[in-house]
Amino acid sequence: MIEIVSATRCVECDICVKVCPANVFDATGGVPVVARQEDCQTCFLCEIYCPTDALYVAEVAEGPTGISEAEVEARHLFGGYARALGWRRGKAGGSQFDPTHRIRVAQ
Amino acid sequence: MPKTARAVRSAPERLHLAADVLVLGGGPSAAWAAVAAAENGATVVLADKGYLGTSGATAPSNTGTWCVPPGDNRHAVVERRWQRTGELADQRWMLRCVDTAYRNLLQLSEWGYPFPSEDDGRLYIANLRGPDYMRFMRRRVLLAGVTVLDHHPALELLSDGDAIVGAAGVGRQVERDWRVDARAVVLATGGCAFRERILGSTGLTGDGYLMAAEAGASLSGMEFTGKYTLAPHGSSLNKGLPFRWASFHREDGSPILGPTGEPLRNGIGDREEEVARALIEGPVYARLDQAEPALQGWLRQGQPNCFVPYDRAGIDPFNDLFRITLRAEGTVRGTGGIDIVSDDCATGVPGLYAAGDAASREIMTGAVSGGGAVNSSWALASGWWAGKGASTHARRRGGKAFRSEVQPLGQAGLRPAASPRADVSAGEVIEAVRNEVTPLDKNFFRSDTGLEKSGERLETLWRDVRDHLQGEGLERIRTREAASIAAAGRWSIAAARYRNESRGMHRRTDLPGKNPAFAHRLVITGVDDFRIAGAPERLAELAS
Ligand SMILES: Cc1cc2nc3c(=O)[nH]c(=O)nc-3n(C[C@H](O)[C@H](O)[C@H](O)COP(=O)(O)OP(=O)(O)OC[C@H]3O[C@@H](n4cnc5c(N)ncnc54)[C@H](O)[C@@H]3O)c2cc1C
Ligand code: SF4
Ligand code: SF4
Repeated sequence: MIEIVSATRCVECDICVKVCPANVFDATGGVPVVARQEDCQTCFLCEIYCPTDALYVAEVAEGPTGISEAEVEARHLFGGYARALGWRRGKAGGSQFDPTHRIRVAQ
Repeated sequence: MPKTARAVRSAPERLHLAADVLVLGGGPSAAWAAVAAAENGATVVLADKGYLGTSGATAPSNTGTWCVPPGDNRHAVVERRWQRTGELADQRWMLRCVDTAYRNLLQLSEWGYPFPSEDDGRLYIANLRGPDYMRFMRRRVLLAGVTVLDHHPALELLSDGDAIVGAAGVGRQVERDWRVDARAVVLATGGCAFRERILGSTGLTGDGYLMAAEAGASLSGMEFTGKYTLAPHGSSLNKGLPFRWASFHREDGSPILGPTGEPLRNGIGDREEEVARALIEGPVYARLDQAEPALQGWLRQGQPNCFVPYDRAGIDPFNDLFRITLRAEGTVRGTGGIDIVSDDCATGVPGLYAAGDAASREIMTGAVSGGGAVNSSWALASGWWAGKGASTHARRRGGKAFRSEVQPLGQAGLRPAASPRADVSAGEVIEAVRNEVTPLDKNFFRSDTGLEKSGERLETLWRDVRDHLQGEGLERIRTREAASIAAAGRWSIAAARYRNESRGMHRRTDLPGKNPAFAHRLVITGVDDFRIAGAPERLAELAS
C-alpha cells in the first residue's frame, strides 16, 4: 500500500492526485495527503509518475507496514521501481529494452 | 481538426455533454474503441472511473498478446489453441481477433510505440508493457480529439425506451454529477475482480455487467470464475510467469508433488491445482530455484514489478523460500461477461456495445483463462470493432434528435426497491460476496452442495441489496460497486451450479470430467429474476 509521501522530496505538482487510479490522494495546496489508503491497489504506478521519487508503496497489499521514511531513504528504495523500468523524473522510458520475449521463448 | 463533443448546458453543479459515442472505461479496450470511433468521424467522450493511462488490469502489468502474423500457419495456430478451450470457443472469432489485433499492433509500431527488438533487429510486437502502453494510448486518444473525463465513474445507462442514449455518473474529484447524451455507448468497464487485492483491481467491480443486464443485455461464461494466480503472500502481484521456474514446499519443508509424483517444478497453468490443494491444507512456500542465471536476469528486467515485493521485503526469491498465495481473479482472468451478438460487438440492445473484459471472452477462450495472451489481443480487437460499430450506429441514428423523455436505468445500489436501510452497507455486502466466491475450497474446487449453500446466501444478500442498499453523493459509487459485485457473484454461482460437469477452470469435485451435453455456452438474461439458457451455436447462426 501507499505509505509515504516525502515532504522533503515532493514538489507539490499534484500529479499523483491526478493519476492514481484508485483516487487515494487528496490535493491540499501543498504536499498531497493519503486520504483513502484502504483503497490503494498496490500498483506502484504513482511512484513512477512522480517527478521526484517522493512516493513509497510498500509491498503488503492488505494493510500498512508502518515503514519509516528514514528506512526507505537509507535502503535507497525511493524510485526503485521507476529505475527498474527505465522511467525517469516521471517520464516513460525503457520499454525498448524489455527482454520479456526471451522469457517467453524459455517458457 | 477532429470533431469534439459539445456542452449541452453548463451548470456548476452538473456536467452535461452530447456526443455521438460515449465510451465507458479507461483500459485498452476503451482506448481502442475511442480511437476507432473518432477515426470513423464520430464525436467521442470517454469517461473512466480512474485515470486513462493507469487504470484497469493492463496498466500495472506487462501483457503478452496473442500475436499471430498472417499466413497459412494461422489456421493451424488457431486450431491448436481452440483444442485447449474446452470446445466452447469459436474459431471464426479467434481468427478475426488475431487478424485485427495484429493490424493494431502494427498500427502501434507505426505510431512510434517503443517496442523492443529481437536479435536480428526486427521489432518484437507481441508484448506490451502496461504502464508505457497505456500512457501511449492516452496520448493517441487525446490526439484523436476525444473528450476524456478521468475520475468520472458511470453509475447507470440512459434509455429513450427504444435504445441506449447515454449514461450518467459522478465526477469523484469535482464532486459533481455528469450526464452524457450519446447515440451509442460502448461498455469497456473491464471485469469483476470481487475486490481481491490484485493489480488493477480497484475499479474492476463488474459495473458494466450490471448496467448491461439492466438494459436487457445477456451475459455468458459467468461460471468461469475459477481462475486464480500465484502471488507472494500478502502482495498484489498476481503474475504467474516467474512461478514457471519454482519449487513448492509445505511448512515442514516437504516438497509439493506434481501429478506424476515428482516434486513440482512449474506452478502455473494446470499445476495451479496441486498448489491450490496444498494451500487449502496449510501455508505454502516457494523458491524460484529452477531459473538459470540468464533467465533470472531477464525475469528481473522484463518483469520488474514481480520483484518489487521481494526487494522491499528483503527476500532473494531465487534462493530463499517465501510464502505464497493464490489470488482469486473473478472474471478478469476468468472468461465471463456481456454476451456479444454480432461482429461489431453489439449486445442486442440497440445502441449498446461491449468490448474487452466487459464482454464475454468465451467465444475466444472458452472454459480456460485468456490471461497471458488472448485477453489483451481481444481488448485490442474488440475495442476496435465496438468503436466502429458504435460510431456507425450513431451515424445511422444521426437524424434523430435526442428525445427529452430519457429514462435512467440504474436500480440496485441506486434506487432500492424498498426503503433504504443503514445496516445494509457496501463494505459488508462485498465481504459477504467474497466469502462465497473467493475461498479456494468453495470456488477453485466446487461441489453441488457447496454451490447450493453459496447460492442461498447470495440470494438472501441480493434481496437486501435490491431492496435496501442506497448511497448519497459520492457514496453512490460504492453502493453501485457493491450491487455490481453482488450481482456478478450471484450469476457466477448460479451458472456454476447449472453446469453439471467439470470443464476448464470450472472444477466440480462431485462431477469430474466433461459431459458432452454441456459442450455449449450458458447465457444469463435478467437481473432480479434471471434465467439461464444453453446457447448451442447461437453465435454461429447469427454470424452466417
Ligand atoms: C496482473 C495481470 C496481468 C495480465 N497479463 C496479461 C497478459 O500477459 N496477456 C493478456 O492477454 N492478458 C493479461 N491480463 C488481462 C488483461 O490485462 C485484460 O484482459 C485487459 O486489461 C482488459 O482490458 P479492458 O480495457 O477491457 O479492461 P481494463 O484494462 O481492466 O480496464 C477497465 C476500465 O474500466 C474502468 N471502469 C470500471 N467501472 C467503470 C465505471 N463504472 N465507469 C467508468 N469506468 C469504469 C476502470 O477504471 C478501467 O479503466 C492480465 C491481467 C492482470 C490483472
Ligand atoms: S507526484 Fe510526487 S512531487 Fe508531485 S505532488 Fe505527488 S508526491 Fe509530490
Ligand atoms: S500504488 Fe497505485 S493505487 Fe496505490 S496510491 Fe499508488 S497509484 Fe494509487
